[in-house]
Amino acid sequence: MAESPFKAEIERVQKEYSEKMTPGAIAVIPGSSVVNKTGSWRVFMPEFNRDKCVRCYLCYIYCPEPAIYLDEENYPVFDYDYCKGCGICANECPVDAITMVREVK
Amino acid sequence: MPIRKVMKANEAAAWAAKLAKPKVIAAFPITPSTLVPEKISEFVADGELDAEFIKVESEHSAISACVGASAAGVRTFTATASQGLALMHEILFIAAGMRLPIVIAVGNRALSAPINIWNDWQDTISERDTGWLQFYAENNQEALDLILIAFKVAEDERVLLPAMVGFDAFILTHTVEPVEIPDQELVDEFLGEYVPKHAYLDPSRPITQGTLAFPAHYMEARYTVWEANENAKKVIDEAFAEFEKRFGRKYQKIEEYRTDDAEIIFVTMGSLAGTVKEYVDMLREKGVKVGVAKLTVYRPFPTEEVRELAKKAKVLALLEKNVTFSVGGALFQDFSRALINEKEKPVIVDFILGLGGRDVTFKDLDEALGIAQKALAGEEFDEVNWIGLRKEIL
Ligand code: SF4
Ligand code: SF4
Repeated sequence: MAESPFKAEIERVQKEYSEKMTPGAIAVIPGSSVVNKTGSWRVFMPEFNRDKCVRCYLCYIYCPEPAIYLDEENYPVFDYDYCKGCGICANECPVDAITMVREVK
Repeated sequence: MPIRKVMKANEAAAWAAKLAKPKVIAAFPITPSTLVPEKISEFVADGELDAEFIKVESEHSAISACVGASAAGVRTFTATASQGLALMHEILFIAAGMRLPIVIAVGNRALSAPINIWNDWQDTISERDTGWLQFYAENNQEALDLILIAFKVAEDERVLLPAMVGFDAFILTHTVEPVEIPDQELVDEFLGEYVPKHAYLDPSRPITQGTLAFPAHYMEARYTVWEANENAKKVIDEAFAEFEKRFGRKYQKIEEYRTDDAEIIFVTMGSLAGTVKEYVDMLREKGVKVGVAKLTVYRPFPTEEVRELAKKAKVLALLEKNVTFSVGGALFQDFSRALINEKEKPVIVDFILGLGGRDVTFKDLDEALGIAQKALAGEEFDEVNWIGLRKEIL
């Protein structure tokens, strides 16, 4: 990850407000989806069956996150750091290569 | 030289906005305050006010746009009334919690159902717990002045809270009175340019506003709104003093009229204070020891001033145009709370009157006085009294 151009400013403010509330409860260290993984509140997760997949990329197009990227052989890969478990990919897949399964620790 | 013009309170509010030079005004028309944004849009169209005038599709959007603009770092203004203010309700909390010094002019109007466009204070009173500062104007001049003062207090670093200024529907919004429009330079000096301290957009200072707070921080965030309200008490006094110095018009959180040696003090707000002052003048001529106390500031609640006032009277007769169920009026609750732990306290009698634009006549005030006098004489009395209620049609 590239270094933030605001590093110095961020560090200064971080220091100033490390223990204090900011007025208006402003977050001076703004969150970013690079840091805050958005897949942490998922209940169901897509389970991918590579054998069934016909590489139509409907899942790739429809994923709202987008948490699906393609590997070297152009098969979908699911990024569970960001997949929120909505199940759209499984619904869109024409050959049922994706099944939604309950997430277990 | 300040100019004097004959105008409605709605126009006075628009003039106040013009003088305060907000950068963004977002508004949706609603009776009886429609004329406020209408007039402002003329100022903007004529190039007399350099601001973005955003026409929105609801009051919820109006206040949301104000929150966005204020969070971006500019002075922001809107106007509304009644259901419009109610529609803003959830965003009002957000504005206060984000500590954004937005100012709203409110043409105080009754709430539905039944639909009623006339005056009472239920709209702003219902928003008393949002964290917003609340001022109430007695006449059109006060509507103008208090909006300027509201900006001054709201933007103070020790406060940083939004503020609403109420003026009675039709009684003020649509009634013409001579109003002094202060010099622009003097207003500029009084208000200064708004320099946001915490809430502004700057790419070199990335921040997240209106963020999520877990239980570990939410309570502290709420407390800071409480604290800012407490701080506002002193800041309001300072702003009143400075306003008087510059413009010659005196304001106080509680304005007293003929309260010295008064046995019964009528307590009220808004334009009703004018009526009651006349009434008290009449009674004084007959030797009845009565006075009036007008709350110009309702939030933060002037607890200390109420305690001082309470020392002067044997009976406080609260005249309220709002209902708090099972209690009476909101003032009754506030006054009771302010005085409950005082060793010596007057009797408090509450009067609900003038709802939905019902005229408050001297006859009504006679009725209230009669009950207050009973209380004064130690006779039995009802704590909550609906004055001028047409029981025969119930
Ligand atoms: S479940 Fe939803 S978020 Fe996850 S990969 Fe499928 S479409 Fe994307
Ligand atoms: S939708 Fe199904 S078949 Fe198409 S690429 Fe995705 S997993 Fe493969």
